[in-house]
Amino acid sequence: MQIFKPSSTATLTAQKSVVNNLNFYYGSYQALKNIDMVVYEKQVTALIGPSGCGKSTFLRCFNRMHDLYPHNNYEGEIILYPDNENILSREVDPIEVRMRISMVFQKPNPFPKSIFENVAYGLRIRGVKRRSILEEKVENALRNAALWEEVKDRLGDLAFNLSGGQQQRLCIARALATDPEILLFDEPTSALDPIATASIEELISDLRNKVTILIVTHNMQQAARVSDYTAYMYMGELIEFGATDTIFIKPKNKKTEDYITGRFG
Amino acid sequence: MAMNHSDNLNEIRAIIAYHKRWDLLALIAGIVALMIAVLTFIALFGNMIIDGMPRLTWEFFTSFPSRKPEAAGILSAWVGTTLIMLVTAAAAVPLGVAAGVYLEEYAPKNLITEIIEINVTNLAGVPSIIYGLLALGLFVYELGLGQSILSAGLTLALLILPIVIVATREAIRSIPVSIREGAYALGATKWQTVADHVIPYSAPGILTGVIIGLARAIGETAPIITIGALTFIAFLPPSPIQDEFPFVSFEWLMEPFTVMPIQMFNWISRPQEAFQHNAAAAGLVLVVMTLLMNGLAIYLRYRLRKKIKW
Amino acid sequence: MATPETRSPKSLRHSYKRNLKERSIEMLLFLAAFFSVFITFAIIYLLISESFIFFEHVSIWEFLTDTQWTPLFDDAHYGILPLVSGTVVSSLVALVIALPFGTIIAIYLSEFAPFAVREIAKPFLELLGGIPTVVYGYFALLFVTPLLQTLLPELPGFSLLSAGLVMGIMIIPYVSSMTEDAMRSVPMHLREGSYAIGATRFQTAVKVVMPASLSGIAAAYILGISRAVGETMVVAIAAGMQPNLVWNPMEPAATITTYIVQVSLGDLPHGSIGYQTIFAAGLTLLLLTLVFNILGHLLRKRYREIY
Repeated sequence: MQIFKPSSTATLTAQKSVVNNLNFYYGSYQALKNIDMVVYEKQVTALIGPSGCGKSTFLRCFNRMHDLYPHNNYEGEIILYPDNENILSREVDPIEVRMRISMVFQKPNPFPKSIFENVAYGLRIRGVKRRSILEEKVENALRNAALWEEVKDRLGDLAFNLSGGQQQRLCIARALATDPEILLFDEPTSALDPIATASIEELISDLRNKVTILIVTHNMQQAARVSDYTAYMYMGELIEFGATDTIFIKPKNKKTEDYITGRFG
Repeated sequence: MAMNHSDNLNEIRAIIAYHKRWDLLALIAGIVALMIAVLTFIALFGNMIIDGMPRLTWEFFTSFPSRKPEAAGILSAWVGTTLIMLVTAAAAVPLGVAAGVYLEEYAPKNLITEIIEINVTNLAGVPSIIYGLLALGLFVYELGLGQSILSAGLTLALLILPIVIVATREAIRSIPVSIREGAYALGATKWQTVADHVIPYSAPGILTGVIIGLARAIGETAPIITIGALTFIAFLPPSPIQDEFPFVSFEWLMEPFTVMPIQMFNWISRPQEAFQHNAAAAGLVLVVMTLLMNGLAIYLRYRLRKKIKW
Repeated sequence: MATPETRSPKSLRHSYKRNLKERSIEMLLFLAAFFSVFITFAIIYLLISESFIFFEHVSIWEFLTDTQWTPLFDDAHYGILPLVSGTVVSSLVALVIALPFGTIIAIYLSEFAPFAVREIAKPFLELLGGIPTVVYGYFALLFVTPLLQTLLPELPGFSLLSAGLVMGIMIIPYVSSMTEDAMRSVPMHLREGSYAIGATRFQTAVKVVMPASLSGIAAAYILGISRAVGETMVVAIAAGMQPNLVWNPMEPAATITTYIVQVSLGDLPHGSIGYQTIFAAGLTLLLLTLVFNILGHLLRKRYREIY
């Protein structure tokens, strides 16, 4: 297992996070095996691989979602820069990790609240009470999520009334409102139609300069379209990692090539 | 992110520490509330054991009520309860299961079905004393059944009917369509499918509901008082099983009676402390009976959930 | 090729006998199901027809405004208010206990408790809910009242306070289990959305799970209220049975239900005005609980439709 240097176009970017020898267990079942990887700051990194390869499990390690359920175990480390802190360490509060590293899920999961309150939720949790600050941040987040124009006149409406694609962008706005250091996407378009998918992909491309993004997708074209780096996973292992161009044009590993070319997966 | 990174981080940590205090507080409140429920149960049970345990002798079960507290017992009460439960089960089970089967397997989606469904949920919320008034007017006077075991059994049957219906429906609903299709594919009629497959496979679930219903009926006091059954009963109804042909008799159905909770209520209302100890002893028997029945039902349900994976 | 005359064998044709049997079974089952509607009609008919005779003697105005309820005295008064006040006060005391405790327990079991605790606590609460009310009455009169009297020496032997307190304890399992059901029906991905932003368990419970299950929780509360209003034995045993227009829980009083019990304990001739009063009282009680029950079930239906 070796880490490939990024392609020439991205050499200037700093490391946001480094994964060292990560193992993960659901009870006695080992779901992730010895994973080493780098996440570059303000870049989009895609995790691809067949279903059940552990890519979502890997993603959910980054904000400690596994801590919510019993019998889950981490080994190894995920170092977050610039603090040089292992976020998997038992001393680190998972809540702090989640405040800094936010997540967007497979299925849009807006809360049964108004559009405004959905986006403001993360801010309210942080104790922000001033209406003017809330309004400003909510507007910013909605603009960044390319939803502002569509909803600015009905911020008080229930979020359930939005379309699927709008709901997903709302969830992205919700995650963006608190200025996360990393934004995790867990197959964010798998429950959406092609038009909504295109709008989310466009949004991710727009966001790449504002925030570090890690995205799980089982759609290889999507990975090729939106990401700067790609990691190919199989059976809980990281098979190959590198600049997206390299992975898709001349993968070094035979398994990656088979998957990319559709001979398997 | 205009803010300095480490400032921002310190702020986040302060907020988390603050929220964690609330989290801890909520956790403690939850545990304390649960503990209070446990303590209440211990107090209730302990209090009855202290007062009633010395009275729980063999004679207590084999004696009739008496003016002398130390000679009084619950013979007529537990016999009455047993006979009434027979009537209740005999009436509520067929009726409730049939209604549940109809609603789950046959009922078309129409207004009448909806009325029946709303009605069943509403009946479950009608206070039990209202059933007592119904029984007083209908069974005791209109139908002339008097203040008899039959009246009381039928009253309680009406009371637990919604429980049996709901349990039947839930049990039937858990049987997958594939089982029914399997039977239809072999040429079974609807009723054959229901009688040979649906009802037998949902029997444990139905049984659980019936037990919970009967446990509820055993402890019901108000509707029985309402039909006017608070009387001094120092005799047993004629036995259902006779020595001579035809060996069974239904004479007992029309006899006056007393039941466990009524006997207990009767003793509680006496000012003498000795009678209140009798009440505690009767209460203990009653609680153990209902706990055993409910416990059995919970156990059955638990086993059912573990065993069957359709 | 000559086509043979197509003819289904006799056994494959529709059998009228079989059809008849199927139809009659369906009819029988329908009658069983419809019987529940008949019960409701019987209740309503009986209460209304007996009350009707009652209201020929007593005007509805007197019934609703007179402040005394003494139908069995020589100087008979027929004002339902004393019974309503007793019912309201005892129910309020019960709800002050049952709603907060039930809710806290539900939040704990649904959002905080480890799996093992939940698996033990739920059946335990169910068992508590299955204890006969007459036993709770005994507990109220002979344990809680003396206990309260050590704290409040002026408390009489019968009081709405101790009856209400025990009634509240009795209703806790009922409220907590329905509230917990409502909260658990909130899908996990909604909780994850909240946790993923860094919310604590308590924040997730209060700001996401509870609002999402609001109609279910409201239904639990309303059915709890209906339960308290219709409860009979605890109040009959521990609150005394004198109709008393009071709003102070430290007093003895009668409720609508205990009045019915009190009359039934005596020997009232069928058809007398005293006999009819219990049906008028019963009708009042039914209307009260009916309002709560219908409201509760509508709310429950709503939250079931959302998820």
